[in-house]
Amino acid sequence: MSDPIIQLVNVQKSFKGGERQELLVLQDVNFYLNEGEVVAILGKSGSGKSTLLRIIAGLIPPSNGTVYYRGQPVVGPVRGMSMVFQSFALLPWLTVLQNVELGLEALGIDRQERRERALKAIDMIGLDGFESAYPKELSGGMRQRVGFARALVVDPDVLLMDEPFSALDVLTADNLKSDLLDLWESKKTGLHGILFVTHNIEEAVLLADRIIVFNSNPGSIRADLRLTLAHPRSDIDPRFRNQVDRVYTLMTTLPQQEEKLREGMVPEHVTIDIGYRLPDANVAEITGLLETLNAPEHNGKMDLPDVADILSLNIDDLFPLTELLDILHFAKVSKGDITITQEGRAFVEADILERKKIFSEHLKKYVPLARHIYAQLTHHPRHRALEEHFLSLLEDYLSEEEAERVLHTVIEWGRYAELFAYDYNSGVLSLENPG
Amino acid sequence: MTLFRDTFMTVYKGRLYPNQWDLIALLFVLTVLGLLAWDARQMSVPYQLGQVIPLSLDPHMLPLYALRTIMRMLIALLFSFLFTFTFATWAAKSPRAERIIIPMIDVLQSVPILGFLSITVVGFIRLFPGSLLGPECAAIFAIFTSQAWNMALGFYQTVRSVPGELREAADMFHLSAWQRFWRIDVPFSMPGLLWNTMMSMSAGWFFVVASEAISVSNQQILLPGIGSYIAVAIQQENLRMISYAILTMFIVILLYDQIIFRPLVAWAEKFKSEQVATEKETYSWIISLFRRTRVLRRWGFKIARIMDALINLRIFQSRVISMHRSTLHPGYEKIIAIAWNVLCVMLVMVAIVFLALFIFRNIPFSSVAHVFFLGCITALRVIVLIVLCSLFWVPVGVWVGLRPSVARIVQPIAQFFAAFPANLFYPLVVMVIVYYHLNPNIWLTPLMILGAQWYIVFNVIAGASLLPKDLLLVVDNFGVRRWLRWRYLILPGIFPYYITGAITAAGGAWNASILAEVVQWGNEKLVATGLGAYISQYTSAGNFPYIALGISVMCIFVLVFNRIIWRPLYVFADNRFRLE
Repeated sequence: MSDPIIQLVNVQKSFKGGERQELLVLQDVNFYLNEGEVVAILGKSGSGKSTLLRIIAGLIPPSNGTVYYRGQPVVGPVRGMSMVFQSFALLPWLTVLQNVELGLEALGIDRQERRERALKAIDMIGLDGFESAYPKELSGGMRQRVGFARALVVDPDVLLMDEPFSALDVLTADNLKSDLLDLWESKKTGLHGILFVTHNIEEAVLLADRIIVFNSNPGSIRADLRLTLAHPRSDIDPRFRNQVDRVYTLMTTLPQQEEKLREGMVPEHVTIDIGYRLPDANVAEITGLLETLNAPEHNGKMDLPDVADILSLNIDDLFPLTELLDILHFAKVSKGDITITQEGRAFVEADILERKKIFSEHLKKYVPLARHIYAQLTHHPRHRALEEHFLSLLEDYLSEEEAERVLHTVIEWGRYAELFAYDYNSGVLSLENPG
Repeated sequence: MTLFRDTFMTVYKGRLYPNQWDLIALLFVLTVLGLLAWDARQMSVPYQLGQVIPLSLDPHMLPLYALRTIMRMLIALLFSFLFTFTFATWAAKSPRAERIIIPMIDVLQSVPILGFLSITVVGFIRLFPGSLLGPECAAIFAIFTSQAWNMALGFYQTVRSVPGELREAADMFHLSAWQRFWRIDVPFSMPGLLWNTMMSMSAGWFFVVASEAISVSNQQILLPGIGSYIAVAIQQENLRMISYAILTMFIVILLYDQIIFRPLVAWAEKFKSEQVATEKETYSWIISLFRRTRVLRRWGFKIARIMDALINLRIFQSRVISMHRSTLHPGYEKIIAIAWNVLCVMLVMVAIVFLALFIFRNIPFSSVAHVFFLGCITALRVIVLIVLCSLFWVPVGVWVGLRPSVARIVQPIAQFFAAFPANLFYPLVVMVIVYYHLNPNIWLTPLMILGAQWYIVFNVIAGASLLPKDLLLVVDNFGVRRWLRWRYLILPGIFPYYITGAITAAGGAWNASILAEVVQWGNEKLVATGLGAYISQYTSAGNFPYIALGISVMCIFVLVFNRIIWRPLYVFADNRFRLE
């Protein structure tokens, strides 16, 4: 086998957290992209996968380690790599043709050649007839096609894609994916490799030759799965479903639980510490999910891909819910399945007031941050505390933005549970019923 | 940047003869060019300080004077754009430059604009001895100061808010800094920049009129223009000529709106970055005219192509950009950063010490207290005016804003009046005061807000017309009426808009105080007690330490007002009441 096109050696990235701490976003990432491969980087939101893609592209420098492109260390955007963006990143004041020409213009290619190459790329990607349209006249799918044409017109060696289909509706995305695959297989382009980031498991299984599954907190490679299914792949093929299940299982099992699984034991619920990055889930959503689980036709147990399908949630919406259910001991996630627990059943069958009571108990018991806030407020003589106080505590573990999100998430849960109250204007937390 | 829409013009290639629209448009272009050329020659005629430039009150001269005034305005605008593009871009791209430029602009913004005029005019006259260019430059500089800060701050903010992915796309496709500036930064900021420019020009008309008739060191310099015309008319107590001047100004602003501003706004529609076509497009007959021409359109493409070539010039082409720029040891980086901060602080201290020495060497300390007292009086005027204006205009503005058909007519009128230089109306008010022997301390006060009140009006109208219809329906549905309706819906809904208007109006009132607290009618001179009058009187006397003191104090007042009242209110309004 020839040398890899892209190789990552011990790549690390940390950002400045609060005043004191460096937050590790990526840890010891080692991997390579071989000639002729399509590789998917799959992870939950916030796992640092987009950061990794930007490091590979040379858009941001790693804190440690090196990215090699064809044997040369990457120190800035490289000519051979081209990128497609999640939000398309088209210039709204330029026509389709001008947008596609942009990359060529930067290379200093003369007018005539620019035009010819741009028209050819537009042709290839199926945008004929839209040359003089402005992006705002186009639908999302057509806009992303412009993004593809723009990326391909500079004749790249490797195509990098940052969740290229996540802003599109399902049908449009499917259509674009199959066109992309056709283009790749037809070898009409000079591409030697595609590397893309996604949070959509089925998308990764559909397109990739290899899937790199990412861990969160800090982002690191969990598994490197090789897919040998022949193209075109069908999502109803049992072998395809098997692969999807396998990835689901991987992504919902914590590394520390893996041991137990291998020993054939049922892993315990997730236990978390005070600085844990609480999932972005709200009470109504988890209640809804529990109700679905508890419905007679499911009888308390469901396959995660089915849940995603029935509730039409992608994993970035679904995983936070399952994670919270697991943390609160309302349900148990293992081997790609979710099973309701005794407590979960009690919660979902209770009336509104009773639900609040159960939720409040579980919150105090299993979410250390909520417990901490409650304890602080109980001990304070006037049962009040400023949110900044807890924010600075969280910033020891999380970035400023995440700290704020986590605190507001826990405040929302606390409010629902009537554990504590919060005043938006003053930022003061207080006990609902002092004493 | 480029006026062309689509480049597939092959269909039209065979028919390149001019059409009738070409003729009209060509005539139009040539007229404008000819007038500008004539004016440029007039600007640099010989002039000695003390020489009286003949100024005729003949109304037939008014169009020419108006042209001179417009020319000053346009030159100032050109420099404002240059300033904006260089300094604002620099601040947006370099954190170090940002730390100096942005606070500097912030302070400069609160310096009364006529203060710049008082201080710089002598310097400019020395710079161009024996030529009218000196006073011309001073006037242009004053107008520049009324536009540049606002435009630069706006541009800086929009450039910084260019979406991250666009910036990354530019990196990925190896755009050079030069290409990036023209392809991304400028187009992205265009709608905001134009709006800011329009606002700035509104203020500009006020100061162009004021800066044409300058009294310096007991010498009156009259630059040919509408402002001087009206100054002479005031001296001669000639009401008819004043009316002519007002009429001319009226036409000038109307033309400026039609010929310059509207085409630009219509053209800038395509730079709006929302990806959907929303509101109704602005219509401009000029744009339509040029889009119908054939030969001129062809030239337009040529110009656009030259522009493109300029943007893509090879010399500006990027080498491979390295993201790992800092090869220095992080420790050194830190030292450099600290050294830079120390240098900045020292520069500011030196400036303050120098200014203080200059002032206090010439002025007893006790009179500083007096100046602060005067400042308080003017501040009181500003506050009272804003309150009174709000009490009157908020209900009116809401009434108008809730009726779309009325708002459509009133809104442009309010905007027009905001642009109209209110100082042209001063003599009319002064006449009344003189005639009835009214107390100038009270009756000169409204002059300060005469022009600025319109900012409150059109902002309130805009806010009221944007109140969500379903909220209004809900409130009606529950029978919430009168005061409750105001308290729970209308006032919170328009609050952010009202605050924006009030901030602009207050700034305008401070600036106008220098003109409004001392006014003249023939030989009768009315003076109100206040900081504006103080600055104005020492400016005519040419006493620089006193001018510096007066301006510094006003600057401090405005800064403190902004920090303590306006900024917190603005942030509060934005957090709590922004309807999204």
